[in-house]
Amino acid sequence: MEEDQKKSRRRFLAGAGAAGVAATTGALVAPGVHAQPVGNQPPSVPEWTRVPGRGFLSPPYGQPSEFEKGVVRVLPSAPNPFPTATRTPLQSLHGSITPNGLFFERHHAGVPMIDPREHRLMLHGLVDRPLMFTLDDLVRLPSVNRVHFIECSGNSSSQWAGPGGATAQEVHGLASNAEWTGVPLAVLLEEAGARKQARWLLAEGADAAAMTRSVPMEKALDDALVVYAQNGEKLRPEQGYPIRLLLPGFEGNMSIKWLRRIKVAMEPFQTREETSTYTDLMPDGSARQFTFVMDAKSCILSPSGGQRITKRGFHEIYGIAWTGRGRIRRVEVSCDAGKTWQQARLQEPVLSMALTAFRLEWRWDGSPCVLQSRAIDETGYVQPTRKQLIEARGTASLYHYNGIQSWAIANSGEVTNVHA
Amino acid sequence: MSTPRAGLALASLALVAVGCEVVAPAPTGGQRYGLGTPLDERVLAGWNIDVAPDGTGLPPGRGNVAQGRTVYESKCVSCHGEKGVGGPANRLAGGSVKSRPQVKTVGSFWPHATTIYDYVNRAMPWDRPQSLAPDEVYAVTAYLLFINGIVPESATLDAVSLPRVRMPNRDGFNPVDPRPDTR
Repeated sequence: MEEDQKKSRRRFLAGAGAAGVAATTGALVAPGVHAQPVGNQPPSVPEWTRVPGRGFLSPPYGQPSEFEKGVVRVLPSAPNPFPTATRTPLQSLHGSITPNGLFFERHHAGVPMIDPREHRLMLHGLVDRPLMFTLDDLVRLPSVNRVHFIECSGNSSSQWAGPGGATAQEVHGLASNAEWTGVPLAVLLEEAGARKQARWLLAEGADAAAMTRSVPMEKALDDALVVYAQNGEKLRPEQGYPIRLLLPGFEGNMSIKWLRRIKVAMEPFQTREETSTYTDLMPDGSARQFTFVMDAKSCILSPSGGQRITKRGFHEIYGIAWTGRGRIRRVEVSCDAGKTWQQARLQEPVLSMALTAFRLEWRWDGSPCVLQSRAIDETGYVQPTRKQLIEARGTASLYHYNGIQSWAIANSGEVTNVHA
Repeated sequence: MSTPRAGLALASLALVAVGCEVVAPAPTGGQRYGLGTPLDERVLAGWNIDVAPDGTGLPPGRGNVAQGRTVYESKCVSCHGEKGVGGPANRLAGGSVKSRPQVKTVGSFWPHATTIYDYVNRAMPWDRPQSLAPDEVYAVTAYLLFINGIVPESATLDAVSLPRVRMPNRDGFNPVDPRPDTR
């Protein structure tokens, strides 16, 4: 019987194409996917209905269907001896929460394997009581759950130079969203008696980069968390297991993973990561430092680059929007390269500093067009065009690209990344 | 500081166990829980490695350019290239952020010499971070400053002299975020 099931799976997979499967979304297909019926469609009674399915605990930690094997994180296509990040397959996901196994990865010297029993968090500097916490201590303290995105400040940076990257994943996949569980950093600072005059703190990781960033005390006391869980389970190793800092709305690298030490001080520490890296170089040679917040951005995911629309008529445009400055107030969609805009529906609840889904009904008449979306956040800020960004910052600042994304749809239904 | 009486009353209704102390569930001003253990200097010392621009945190020790060249050529050159140029990892020497193309290196961009010590000490070499002795870190810092034309070949650096090194791009950073900057 098991042999039958295996055969059945093999036949189905063969029909689905040797390349494995990327996502299909209604009448949209990703390249290489040509599902062929193999006798399991009505009126036939499918093979999977005529034999019992597999048993429990196979495997004990559940995995996606094998037909979804193409939905994985990817490295950038350009070869790099020191790869920096993998990207979330945004265009293959359907909710605002990123599954833990698909949350983008950015690390500066590999993913450490940390034994939580031996991990410690030190809190010292300008405090009355320098303290050291075990993981058990942290979990005992009052915790909160918060849904927040994390976005790498280098996300979408390929767009400064030109329409680099084919898919939403390749272009914007350094952004993910999760429900985090942790202790407010304010609780720990109170526990240690952080001095009132302190203005900054240093957060340091236990990885081989001993990654460090200076964090303004104002943020630390406002909404910073020391988190130990992500979407209900303990953090994944690549997300900072057993603990990481989470600074909602701030550029991702500041949410120090594998957090081992917090030092309270008067001045920023001028670490390598906040001087030579993660600063924004301007055309005159000066650089902006401490540009922490991720500005509003949005991206249409369906249809999006690398997909092909196979049928004329009704389609629902679907995408995501987010801002580090609070809630998304509105998302507008243009089907004519920005000449006219329509308001999209936002998926409730709209949470602060979290991915927010938007949708708009649309009919494709088969002619070429350019789709765009722009986010407006609760401060009234409107997501800019690429041209506006370049006028303000030139093209060498690398980080914080949040220009409007354009997807061109050809007569053939092919969707490509363009600058319109 | 104090737990609201109403909260206590509600909580005592909900809790069967007698003698449970109920405290406010969210962080409140002044609330302390008494968790964590006192951190003594000996335990802290192994991890307290940050170095500030004024030199705070620099350890005893010293190193010169010639010693730094030896360290660099055995432990750094395979990734960063001869004299800091041409390797697969970040370029370390030369360049300018004021000409085109804008090139960011230790010499053209880094605002504080102390950051070189801090970063090399915590994160380099790539395959064996935190393996260099203080003398080696001072030495390789001196070498990196020398190949960028910032210190002479005769330079020796220690906890006193390193913070005095003025980087060419010391004033190149604007710490005030001007956004929103698009219109």
